[in-house]
Amino acid sequence: MIWNEARECMSRDEMANMQGARLKKLVANVYHNVEFYRKKMQAMGLEPGDIKGIEDITKLPFTTKNDLRDNYPFGLLAVPNSQIVRVHASSGTTGKATVVAYTRRDIEAWQECVARDLVMCGITKEDMIQVAYGYGLFTGGLGLHYGAENLGCMTVPMSTGNTKRLVTMMEDFGVTAIACTPSYLLHIAEVIEEMGVKDRLKLKTAICGAEPWTEKMRLQIEEKLGINAHDIYGLSEVCGPGVACDCGFHKGLHVQEDHFYAEIVNKETLDPMADGEVGELVFTTLTKEGLPLLRYRTKDLTSIDHSPCECGRTTPRISKFKGRSDDMLIIRGVNVFPSQVETALLEIEGVSPHYLMIVDRVNNLDTLEVQVEVDESLFSDEIKEMENLTKKISAALQSALLIAVKVKLVEPRTLERFEGKSKHVIDKRVLVD
Amino acid sequence: MYLKQLIVFLENREGRLDNITDILAKNDINIVCLSLADTSEYGVIRMIVSDPEKAKEVLKAEGCSARLNDVLAINMEQKAGSLNKLTKTMTKANINIEYMYTLNSSKNAGSMVLKCSDIEKGYAAAKEAGFDLVDPDTAYNM
Repeated sequence: MIWNEARECMSRDEMANMQGARLKKLVANVYHNVEFYRKKMQAMGLEPGDIKGIEDITKLPFTTKNDLRDNYPFGLLAVPNSQIVRVHASSGTTGKATVVAYTRRDIEAWQECVARDLVMCGITKEDMIQVAYGYGLFTGGLGLHYGAENLGCMTVPMSTGNTKRLVTMMEDFGVTAIACTPSYLLHIAEVIEEMGVKDRLKLKTAICGAEPWTEKMRLQIEEKLGINAHDIYGLSEVCGPGVACDCGFHKGLHVQEDHFYAEIVNKETLDPMADGEVGELVFTTLTKEGLPLLRYRTKDLTSIDHSPCECGRTTPRISKFKGRSDDMLIIRGVNVFPSQVETALLEIEGVSPHYLMIVDRVNNLDTLEVQVEVDESLFSDEIKEMENLTKKISAALQSALLIAVKVKLVEPRTLERFEGKSKHVIDKRVLVD
Repeated sequence: MYLKQLIVFLENREGRLDNITDILAKNDINIVCLSLADTSEYGVIRMIVSDPEKAKEVLKAEGCSARLNDVLAINMEQKAGSLNKLTKTMTKANINIEYMYTLNSSKNAGSMVLKCSDIEKGYAAAKEAGFDLVDPDTAYNM
């Protein structure tokens, strides 16, 4: 089944024409309505008329997460606030959130993309889906929710947290599909096993995203639960989940490129790269009204394939991610930058900026431990004071990172120092095959 | 009138305590007595040593988290009820004893190191109740 055959199976020429027309409109829009882009284009000697088709996209300036931060919260919007109907936010590098905003049409385009992806996973309006992403500022919960409703699924807004209740409802309601992070699904699988209800479940499809996972992990989920598992990709800056998704052939994630034009560029030179070559993924939001972005650098490293897929879709496919070109970590679906830890620690009096983040996956859930060096000005002869200190550091980190953090106090100079560059992260999770 | 107590932060894993005693031994510093407060991940060692200032300096030079703080040391009779007399004194004066450990114990007498919630009040209360406080130099040279 294909949700929107006219778009998803369009010939490459037709698609290029449509993208070209949309790009021209987009460039004129941001030039006239977003000062940031007008200045950037003027500095490059570019005018909207210089963009004649999609092939001219390489003339346009790039956008980075820093640009969003510098224009916090609404500096990059192309419409007045009165036309915005929703705002989401994700954590930024320095504590300030990255804010994204949507008009009604943006929400409609988003739920169209998610519906396409759900159908790509074999889900129909006959399915009942539990959305077990966090609901709130995070795009995961509401993004999947609106897409599932758009498709016509019976949608259960579980959010995250009470896994036993989730499994009980899964059994009682006869839930057939679930959307959540892959690590959470593995945790759910364990709870299902503990509760001994596997044989009574009707679950057949999972649509997982918001964190990197391996093909091995996908197969493990499929085998453990006896279901089909699919990978959905998105980032809040571009829209949220639904930007790309893998079909039943699992040969890359189909990009909804009538809305989001994907380029792969060399991460150093920013030159365009050919199909199959690994580089940084860059998106241009062809249809967005609220927060249109030109050539947004995702920092995700991958390759692209424009050949038609066995499923019949002609939309290009990006391969599973090969890593990132910056130091961002995704822990339990939340973006975490080491610099956030540093900033939070420096705000606590007496705490040294020497720290080490250890990311691990215990019982299929991501964990973050932050080791902090304790110097003589900081420690106390009384254990209760030490415990207070640990709690204080842990609370400060938790409020900065929005995830639970285990703090471990270590002796001075025990954390490795390197010339010029200190090692701040040990990621023990296996994320790439 | 107060004793300088040496406190050192250390991780709760093999070799860490050995490292501390090694540094002190090499620098000819005697440990008169000690108390180790431990958690599963780290501990704080509290010591009365023969030369507190020097001990702190040599430990810091070796990269350890070490510093000094003030504690009381009180002489007591070696008989039933003498510790109880001390705790009653502190309770009456609304002073919390954060922790205590033995400075010295012999057949005829004993002495305790005391960390009070308020050292000045603790000192005054002990004096008023007639306790004999240990002179710092005497303690360092035990």
